[in-house]
Amino acid sequence: MPPETEAVAERVFVALADPSRRSLLAALAEGGPATATDLANRLPITRQAIAKHLALLTEAGLVTAEPGERRRVRYRLQSAPMRVAQQFLAALARDWDGPLGALTDYLDKT
Amino acid sequence: MGFPDRIERVVEIAHSPAKVWAAITTAEGLGTWFGNDAEIDLRPGGTARLTWTGGHAADLRIERVEEPTAFAYTWHIEGLPDNDPRRTYVEFTLEPVGAGTRLTVVESGFAQAPEDVRRKSFDGNTQGWAAELGELVEYLDAA
Repeated sequence: MPPETEAVAERVFVALADPSRRSLLAALAEGGPATATDLANRLPITRQAIAKHLALLTEAGLVTAEPGERRRVRYRLQSAPMRVAQQFLAALARDWDGPLGALTDYLDKT
Repeated sequence: MGFPDRIERVVEIAHSPAKVWAAITTAEGLGTWFGNDAEIDLRPGGTARLTWTGGHAADLRIERVEEPTAFAYTWHIEGLPDNDPRRTYVEFTLEPVGAGTRLTVVESGFAQAPEDVRRKSFDGNTQGWAAELGELVEYLDAA
């Protein structure tokens, strides 16, 4: 596994650790690309904080900034890093203890 | 951080390898302890389908069939799109221990690096827009 994959997952978890950044990501996932102003109108977060969090999320590759009308930057959620983090979680969430317990019970009964 | 790529579990079962083998490779066995129903075409390259009441299903692609010591398949990773090419590899190995069986399950491949991640996350317009973003931050800071 390339080392940057781990770094990608780490950035996702750092991003998600903050409630304001979770709200921003959720808003972009829900409503599609949006400007900082749109986000400030929709969320109970100050514009300054939104700018700071969007800068961090952009740096982390979790959102990309793209040109919009009248030079206003629109932010778009990038799902690829989320899928890397999802793979980390898939390993932690995979349950083999349950099925193996069921297998043992099944064999004892047959 | 340490990305978990594999999961391993070992259980000692008080039944013969032949009996354990049947439980993990037949529709009757798999459809009882694993899923609520199962179909299986037991051969390398064959498929199996486990279904659960409630509608959940898992499609297995069988990779190894070496009775009664090794059975392996690949399947979809939970959380990824159904047609995603990345799959984990699950291998059951059976060793006789006295009259019983030591069953080892290894599931690996959780940390497969998707090609598109590097492409999407590390180049493209992210850097090109860094300057623009800086201007935005200044604008917002000034506002």
